[in-house]
Amino acid sequence: MKLIILEHYSQASEWAAKYIRNRIIQFNPGPDKYFTMGLPTGSTPLGCYQKLIEYYKNGDLSFKYVKTFNMDEYVGLPREHPESYHSFMWNNFFKHIDIHPENTHILDGNAADLQAECDAFEEKIRAAGGIELFVGGIGPDGHVAFNEPGSSLVSRTRVKTLAMDTILANARFFDGDLAKVPTMALTVGVGTVMDAREVMILITGAHKAFALYKAIEEGVNHMWTVSAFQQHPRTVFVCDEDATLELKVKTVKYFKGLMLVHNKLVDPLYSIKEKEIQKSQAAKKPYSD
Amino acid sequence: MRGGQRAAVAPVRQFTNCRILRGGALLREDLWVRGGRILDPEKLFFEERRMADEQRDCGGCILAPGFIDVQMNGGFGVDFSKATEDVGSGVALVARRILSHGVTSFCPTLVTSPPEIYHKVLPQIPVKSGGPHGAGVLGVHLEGPFISREKRGAHPEAYLRSFEANAFHDVLATYGALDNVRIVTLAPELHRSHEVIQALTAQGICVSLGHSVADLGAAEVAVQHGATFITHLFNAMLPFHHRDPGIVGLLTSDQLPPGHCIFYGMIADGIHTNPAALRIAHRAHPQGLVLVTDAVPALGLGNGRHTLGQQEVEVDGLIACIAGTKTLCGSIAPMDVCIRHFLQATGCSVESALEAASLHPAQLLGLEKTKGSLDFGADADFVVLDDTLHVQATYISGELVWKAEETGP
Repeated sequence: MKLIILEHYSQASEWAAKYIRNRIIQFNPGPDKYFTMGLPTGSTPLGCYQKLIEYYKNGDLSFKYVKTFNMDEYVGLPREHPESYHSFMWNNFFKHIDIHPENTHILDGNAADLQAECDAFEEKIRAAGGIELFVGGIGPDGHVAFNEPGSSLVSRTRVKTLAMDTILANARFFDGDLAKVPTMALTVGVGTVMDAREVMILITGAHKAFALYKAIEEGVNHMWTVSAFQQHPRTVFVCDEDATLELKVKTVKYFKGLMLVHNKLVDPLYSIKEKEIQKSQAAKKPYSD
Repeated sequence: MRGGQRAAVAPVRQFTNCRILRGGALLREDLWVRGGRILDPEKLFFEERRMADEQRDCGGCILAPGFIDVQMNGGFGVDFSKATEDVGSGVALVARRILSHGVTSFCPTLVTSPPEIYHKVLPQIPVKSGGPHGAGVLGVHLEGPFISREKRGAHPEAYLRSFEANAFHDVLATYGALDNVRIVTLAPELHRSHEVIQALTAQGICVSLGHSVADLGAAEVAVQHGATFITHLFNAMLPFHHRDPGIVGLLTSDQLPPGHCIFYGMIADGIHTNPAALRIAHRAHPQGLVLVTDAVPALGLGNGRHTLGQQEVEVDGLIACIAGTKTLCGSIAPMDVCIRHFLQATGCSVESALEAASLHPAQLLGLEKTKGSLDFGADADFVVLDDTLHVQATYISGELVWKAEETGP
């Protein structure tokens, strides 16, 4: 496991975005070789999406050969509802980049047969060759996607009833009216995320500090589903200082000491744009960040 | 081209790098167009799984709904009130030339004329969609002859009429068929005006109050009977008086039907209305303000003597008077000039200034679903403007119909 500790939310977001950028560029995607990503929604990844959009606009990164799979979607909420995860992804990411609509996948919470929709989603991931990098966030209760406390750690994509904590927390997005908050969601399972070749979890803010502690310093526990990634061979936790408040000083110091090494992972590479120039002109210039 | 299955296979055009006027705000959004209509790109993405076929960089410009001019007597030497054999080609000429002012649809306006003129001219001005040939014609605005003698302004006295005898039948006898008519300006103090207003409104024709000496009470009754518009506020009506504010008082009246918005035309050319009066009207009732040019045939012709209706007109700069008098008889300021003057004079937001020339006239005519906004599903009639609101390009149904010449080398 890697634990990346940055000072503030914005630095953590930027680090995560650079890491994703480098992974895509190093993967060298093309028409016969798509980079597959799992994507989260919510306030935590917003800064990361903004940075990725910036890299796209600068011409350093293209999503032309990227396939995305979103973690979850509410059941019964109209797709065009401003709080649907379709709307979130459109407004905060997809409309700003060059991804082809055919390459984006979001569970349909209005499907006639919800379980069939979930099974089809798993099949689509398989058909795409599995997920290269699954990016996620967590709730204060340590849930990853909508895998609420008590979810099986080998679960697959399915219908899930939301925990009261989650419904209460979401009420702010639905005029504070509990009756309007969806109570069910479709979500990838913990096992679905575990199958990804790499998992990156973003955790920021003091309110997530206890969850981060449960995720990495205690044992694997289905009451803190994010702790399952302790058994994943390639996991990166990216957090800010506030999120480390419940960790041992020893843990924080150890991983901060490793930042020199870990920062190499986000060193500027040659962008897709420049790679194309390079082919013809052999010009070598790293981009400007 | 519009609607149906053919629209679904039409190419999708994405206007990027722009600020679009939507929901009363300038948003950093792209404008998506297909089949002449504004498209919801999110629906396209998730339901049709399609991308744009063509992208057009707008260079950071403002994209506003095409301007709508509901009062225009003519321009470029053409007088809609002159019954030439070919009024149609005159309307077409004006329609084409006003594209450079950002006007994408308009109401050709006929001033007080003898009945034979209406019978001859009206059938020649059909409602027509806009396009590369020119701005769309929404229907004719008939200003007079059922107006007040005292407040007739530049209208020829000899042709004024009343509908005292047979009410709506007098109206029909004067105008002939009303198929091509969109707005009628009349004086509500004329006897039996309520019957006429109700009959016109029932036909979907917008009734406007103007060229009138009505007091506020009479104006309110007219609105209760269906009138929704005031023709060039302050001009050709009783001046505002605190014990009887007259038609002007409608702006803050508490006697209007609930939820009813009264609209009022404003000639914001800097001559027909003092900027302070413009500000009074705007601050009292910003949602009802409709910018009109009230343009006369001399629009676009320059200084000198020209013809309006049955009369001679003298033009000097932005001032047009009946020859030999100081009676104003309409403006020669293009719509974009009026918008800039309105913005500068009232200190309102750019958004409000643009809506006064687009959304409000569309609402007045009940066309807000298709015109006057950049909402999804509306006609893709829009203007590309720089930050000082100078028109750079005009689009109708998503097609470029006018473009400013490149400045400088």
